[in-house]
Amino acid sequence: MSVGNRLAGDRWEKRDRESRGVRSEIVTGPVADWATDFSHTEPQWAADPHAITDDLRQRCPIAHTDRFGGAWLPTRYEDISAVAYDTEHFSSRSIIMGNFRSPPEIAPIGGSPPITSDPPYHRDARKLLLPAFTRAAAAKLEPTTRSFCHSLIDAMDGRDLVDAAADYAQHIPVRVIAEMLGFPLDDGPQFREFAENKLEGINVPESRRVTAMSALYHYLLAQVHDHLDDPRDDLTTFLINAEMNGRKLSAAHVVGTMELLLIAGSDTTASAIGASLWHLASTPADRERLLAEPGLLPTAIEELLRAYAPVSMARLVKEDLRFRGVDMKAEDWVLLSYPAASRDPAQFDRADQVVIDRQINRHAAFGIGIHRCLGSHLGRMELRVALEVWLERIGEFSLADPSAVTWSRGQIRGPRTLPVRICPPRGG
Amino acid sequence: MKLRIDAGLCQGHGRCYDLAPSLFGDDEEGYGKVLGDGVVPPSAIDDARRSVLNCPEQAIRLIEDE
Repeated sequence: MSVGNRLAGDRWEKRDRESRGVRSEIVTGPVADWATDFSHTEPQWAADPHAITDDLRQRCPIAHTDRFGGAWLPTRYEDISAVAYDTEHFSSRSIIMGNFRSPPEIAPIGGSPPITSDPPYHRDARKLLLPAFTRAAAAKLEPTTRSFCHSLIDAMDGRDLVDAAADYAQHIPVRVIAEMLGFPLDDGPQFREFAENKLEGINVPESRRVTAMSALYHYLLAQVHDHLDDPRDDLTTFLINAEMNGRKLSAAHVVGTMELLLIAGSDTTASAIGASLWHLASTPADRERLLAEPGLLPTAIEELLRAYAPVSMARLVKEDLRFRGVDMKAEDWVLLSYPAASRDPAQFDRADQVVIDRQINRHAAFGIGIHRCLGSHLGRMELRVALEVWLERIGEFSLADPSAVTWSRGQIRGPRTLPVRICPPRGG
Repeated sequence: MKLRIDAGLCQGHGRCYDLAPSLFGDDEEGYGKVLGDGVVPPSAIDDARRSVLNCPEQAIRLIEDE
């Protein structure tokens, strides 16, 4: 079958999949008790999830909610890692916890392999992508990333009040992933919209969710056709031609993986960059130390990743299961809060403090187990370059208005708005 | 002292080859590998210990000489 036919046939399969699946009742509103009614979509969670999970870890280490059709929230490192490692009882078929579960029959591949795949399919789907995401592959993208960061600072044009999230952090990862996938470099703002719809559109009505997913799907399909007409050296052409076990990938696999790379490569790293700048803007001692000791940055980055780990992932319980004292039901969600794992005092000394030169730091910001973030080397490169350029060009800065800072909701946490005041150079 | 990576546990986080490039490298898929015969020179013992303690999968062992 030609690639064009593969794609034409699969288009229907994908549409059909969006319309199948299992929906639960949308429940919103203030949380009565975080141990029995938690929700990662409410404003209190967005404002400070760490206070909530630190409290739960003490009094109810595996919290529950009836929202989202039933879900669990472990907050101890050891419980979170136990779920992450247990692919026999917990599936990655759906990894964004909300009111929609993809249909059971799409396991073990899932909609966006390999992040939605379970063993044994997962291994080959991941192996295919690993060479494109090594540290060396990320290093090749460093020069363009660096010059792009400089261009963002140039565009601030000497203003002393800027939004470090909207004017800086949020632009960087979408630009890098557009370059890797071979998409128009100026489409970045559109990618952020796709990512926000996917990650934060949890409680929107079904019709809006389907419309948003359809827009993303058609965008990706247009990119596939553009690459079929004009093949080039990028990840899209690579995926179209790739073979797994001697067979070309199905169109659903190609487009699903493109969707994963686009979404996972956008909001996550932007959140890490933004949260790091928020910390440095609000913590003069750490900011001044990094300005004086740029060589400390790689160590500091690990600590910022630990303290502000931006990503949580979800799993679905495969069958009814007694797990560490709670009775989980088939199809319940488990929200793997890597931020909570990375702040567990049983695992980290001074877990609730940012220790900018922490030497022992076995954090879980990129997840643990077989689904370790494929883009971790890329994300680390982007975070380091973004902070290096910012510190080099901006120097001293501070929060302009702490009450104006807003944070995203859902599973990816980072600042959406981050007004900072840039201080004039000293002396002179 | 000798370093060993348990390939069944390593997930390619790359902390070891970031922290101790004289002791570890990566393969074409990003998984960590011990360089040479894994024997740690006395000057690199601290780096070796740090790598062990920073591996998110606890996949690195530092084996004492018999």
